[in-house]
Amino acid sequence: MTATTATTTRVAARASEVWKVYGSGEARVTALRGVSLELLRGQYTAVMGPSGSGKSTLMHCMAGLDAVTRGDVYIGQTRLTGLSDAGLTRLRRDQVGFVFQQFNLLPTLSAKENILLPLAIAGRKPDKPWYDTVIDTVGLRDRLSHRPSELSGGQQQRVACARALVSRPEVVFADEPTGNLDSRSGADILGFLRRSVTDFGQTVVMVTHDANAASYADRVIFLGDGRIVHEMAGPTPDAILDTLKKIDLSVGGE
Amino acid sequence: MLRATLKSLLSRKLRLVLSGMAVVLGAMFVSGAFVLTDTIGRSFDSLFSNAYANVDVQVTGHEVTEGQQATVPASVADQITAVPGVAGQPTPQVLVDGARVIGHDGKAVTTFGAPRYGRDWAGEKDQVQLREGHGPQADNEIAVNAGLAKTANLHVGDQVPVLTVFEPKKTYKLVGIFGRPGGRDSLGGETEVDFTTPVAQRVMLGQTGVYSDINVKAAAGVPDDALRARIATALGSSYQVKTGKQLADENKSSIQSGLSFFNDILLGFAAVALFVGTFLILNTFSIIVAQRTRELAMMRSLGSSRRQVIGSVMIEALLIGVVASLVGLGLGIGVGAVLAALFGGFVGGLQLAGIAVPLSAVIGALAVGIGITMLAALMPAIRASRIPPVAALQEVATADRPLTRVTVSGAVTTAIGVGLLGWGLFGRAGSGTLWLVLAGVLVSFIGVALLTPLVARPVVALIGSLFAWSVPGKLGRINSGRNPRRTAITAAALMVGLALITGFNVVVSSVSASLHHLGDTQVKADLIISGQQSAELPPTFDPAVLEKSKQLPGVREVAGGYLDIGKVNGKAEGIAAVSDLPALADMFPLTAKEGTLAALGDNQAVLDEDEAKTLGLHAGSTVTIQLSRGQPHTVKVVGIYAKNDVFNGWMVATNLIPDFRVPQPAQAFIRLQNQSDLAAVKASVARLLADSPEVNVTDRSGFIDQQVSQLNSVLTFIQILLALAILIAILGIVNTLALSVLERTRELGLLRAIGLRRAQAMRMVTVEAVVISIFGALLGLIVGSGLGVAVVRALRDQGFTNVALPWNQMVVYLVLAGVVGVVAAILPSVRAARINVLEAIAYE
Ligand SMILES: Nc1ncnc2c1ncn2[C@@H]1O[C@H](COP(=O)(O)OP(=O)(O)OP(=O)(O)O)[C@@H](O)[C@H]1O
Ligand SMILES: [Mg+2]
Repeated sequence: MTATTATTTRVAARASEVWKVYGSGEARVTALRGVSLELLRGQYTAVMGPSGSGKSTLMHCMAGLDAVTRGDVYIGQTRLTGLSDAGLTRLRRDQVGFVFQQFNLLPTLSAKENILLPLAIAGRKPDKPWYDTVIDTVGLRDRLSHRPSELSGGQQQRVACARALVSRPEVVFADEPTGNLDSRSGADILGFLRRSVTDFGQTVVMVTHDANAASYADRVIFLGDGRIVHEMAGPTPDAILDTLKKIDLSVGGE
Repeated sequence: MLRATLKSLLSRKLRLVLSGMAVVLGAMFVSGAFVLTDTIGRSFDSLFSNAYANVDVQVTGHEVTEGQQATVPASVADQITAVPGVAGQPTPQVLVDGARVIGHDGKAVTTFGAPRYGRDWAGEKDQVQLREGHGPQADNEIAVNAGLAKTANLHVGDQVPVLTVFEPKKTYKLVGIFGRPGGRDSLGGETEVDFTTPVAQRVMLGQTGVYSDINVKAAAGVPDDALRARIATALGSSYQVKTGKQLADENKSSIQSGLSFFNDILLGFAAVALFVGTFLILNTFSIIVAQRTRELAMMRSLGSSRRQVIGSVMIEALLIGVVASLVGLGLGIGVGAVLAALFGGFVGGLQLAGIAVPLSAVIGALAVGIGITMLAALMPAIRASRIPPVAALQEVATADRPLTRVTVSGAVTTAIGVGLLGWGLFGRAGSGTLWLVLAGVLVSFIGVALLTPLVARPVVALIGSLFAWSVPGKLGRINSGRNPRRTAITAAALMVGLALITGFNVVVSSVSASLHHLGDTQVKADLIISGQQSAELPPTFDPAVLEKSKQLPGVREVAGGYLDIGKVNGKAEGIAAVSDLPALADMFPLTAKEGTLAALGDNQAVLDEDEAKTLGLHAGSTVTIQLSRGQPHTVKVVGIYAKNDVFNGWMVATNLIPDFRVPQPAQAFIRLQNQSDLAAVKASVARLLADSPEVNVTDRSGFIDQQVSQLNSVLTFIQILLALAILIAILGIVNTLALSVLERTRELGLLRAIGLRRAQAMRMVTVEAVVISIFGALLGLIVGSGLGVAVVRALRDQGFTNVALPWNQMVVYLVLAGVVGVVAAILPSVRAARINVLEAIAYE
């Protein structure tokens, strides 16, 4: 254990031998089959893979939204497995940021209130300079008092990103954050996530189906059928597309 | 997908159950009312058929005043014997209400409305069976029925004090206890004290040698009707002759009219339940329609007509209505049976007829239940049919509709309601008053309910800001203001019950304040002797107390009042005889408008100016007064007193008292000398009343409190009645919240995903509930105060000049409303807390 302490300081989140099984009997689906993964501090990771390969499941398990069937998950120093609901809730509130594909915001609150919601729930005051940095980075200052229904889809996603970052979480999980956006707005979001990693040392994991989007990341994890089938550092769109084709051939053969 | 469908079905079931509940309760009370009155009615039918089973024909004196018959001299029995067709000797009897046994606790034994007969012992025949001892043989002996012996715990050999119509407390020796055929203790809860015939005649009829009635048996082969006709011809018009069947029928119909009171109360429950339920159903269907907007729009774009859309909503309403009414009917039969059993036990000894379900119960429950449900669903159904097909394609289909129309119609409806109410209260609508007031209240409620959405947003925001110190509180506040219509209707349902309760409270506390004000400013009597009337006869006391209390040190003057209902020039009027008119005039400041208010001489009377004006009487006029007994008296009006807020009516000289139904005083007013000790005199008077347990002595404000406390018990009853309305309103809050939680599953999931704790999610829902219920309570308090003040203002002429708002009660109601909100939130908030984050996020 002492050997790992040195590395844990560099590891923001870690999954080891994680299995996830849904249902039982006939309806039994094994979504994850022994996935081990380390997310290093200040690293931007993309997760790719065919539909149904377990990407969302992996994100949910690592973010403390879902319990694993077997294996262990850590966020920072905290072991998630065995935490109570209250413990998990507190962890999500303080150490995890989440960006979903859609419906990220409460329709009744303004953009600013949505962004500050996790802090408000925790009863914490925002760190003013950091808050300003986040707002300026996402470029939303003139939209803060608007309700989600008065914002475009891209703007809504930017608000969601700001919310995920404002509490300076250990890791930000983004599950297809650009899935519903046109390429312009998508690029804005991707650029923004990239900057939060490069400029502010955030740790970000993002699921995407878009090779171009994945190329913003430092490394790409390829999932197939619940396993990590490939990993690539310093990806380019072309290299990603090549790999995807290979995986599709090997996985889609069934 | 299947899971989602099942889930939505399940959640739908809950909402249908909740909205159906109101209909169930309404239908339950409707059918329960009919079952109860039917059962009790049939029980009394058989009671009276039994009671008169051995009476073929009965002869009584003519009717002197309403319900009061002249006595029958013994000689009439001989006349009857001579009539052909009479079998054997006719049996004269004394059977008069008003023999009150004083129990071991020193209080008069009461029945629940059943008569307390004083009878003459006629041996062990007809339906009288001795169980112990023997019949009374000496003047100081009595026998009682087993029912009375059991309630008062009397045993043969006991010395039993009895109050009778003509005599104050006197002690008799109990020598026998008798029962009725079939092992019954009484026929139907009545108590009986049997004296020897002369004593019964003296203490119950005031005269020996007379009877209250004579029972006659027909000889074999002579029909009762024929014998009745023969006897009537033989006796002439100064006697009433009736067959046993006629008497049974008369008694039945008087019981029926008493029962219709029960019926009205239960139907009142039903009406309130259904009125409030209408809001609940309306809300449920509105929400269902709103949630199904896309589906309905899809139906429309696929070619279904508006009619079909309305039909699909109405069929759902019909189904709920039918199922809920049937359940309500079933429960109602149970409730009717339970209440009938309770009633039977209460009355003591009433043999209950078997429970049957009258057709009226079935028809009433179904018609009302189905009718109300369909009616409440109609508006949402029409709204559903107006959904344009393009709504299927829009993301946000139901934008907030403007509130202009609903507000305008609310203002108009409220104006109409207030108008009706004003007409009913202040106009001279005569017999239509009650209906006008009811209609006014109802229409006003609907109007205010329509106005509520407009005020909902600002008021809810204001109430909500009390809770805005925490994030869940703030979110709850925002949620409660999100759909002003939904919040408004939910709150309006709570408003109805609370407004009615508050209104009654305002009236009661204003009446109390007015009476105290009147008492303190106008009445100089310091002590009052009176009792609470619980039976047909007023409570009375020993006339000797009047003279004795006047002799007490410190007492300045005493005026005793004897009460009777007589006929003045043929019209029924309350008549009082006053022992000391100048004393009374001094204590209530009565001033002579005409003539004098000096001590009355024989056959003299005074009355108030209003009554004198109505009858066209002046000082010096004479009138004919028929009292409960004897011949009419010609009475001279010697004085007319000015209108007084406290006192009005006829007062006659004491020489007429023997013809009163009860020739004993029912009230007395005592004024003390200055500086005498009120408490000491009160204690002395109380000692004088030791043998008159039906009355007590109170000081002036105590007397007023006693009068008001009767109102208070009415108020308690009304509160219980309206608690039901509030219960239904709570169901409404639960319903609205459960639906809101369901609608906001995704939001709740999101909140939980970003770190809202379970307890915080629960608090969020609870705040929403509390805000809605406090909003409803505030509306109710305001509307109710308005109603109450209007009623009090209308009663101004009657001397109720003070308006007092029951602040304490109102605060209690407000706090209770908060508690109601918390309770109503339990289920929905648990639901909210249990939401599975992942499913919520994936929720379609
Ligand atoms: N709640 C659940 N119950 C049962 N099976 C589930 C559940 N959630 C996911 N699965 C199954 O687990 C597997 C992995 O699903 P997951 O959502 O992780 O895939 P994904 O890689 O995110 O796919 P996509 O690219 O379509 O989003 C799938 O076979 C899916 O059917
Ligand atoms: Mg996915």
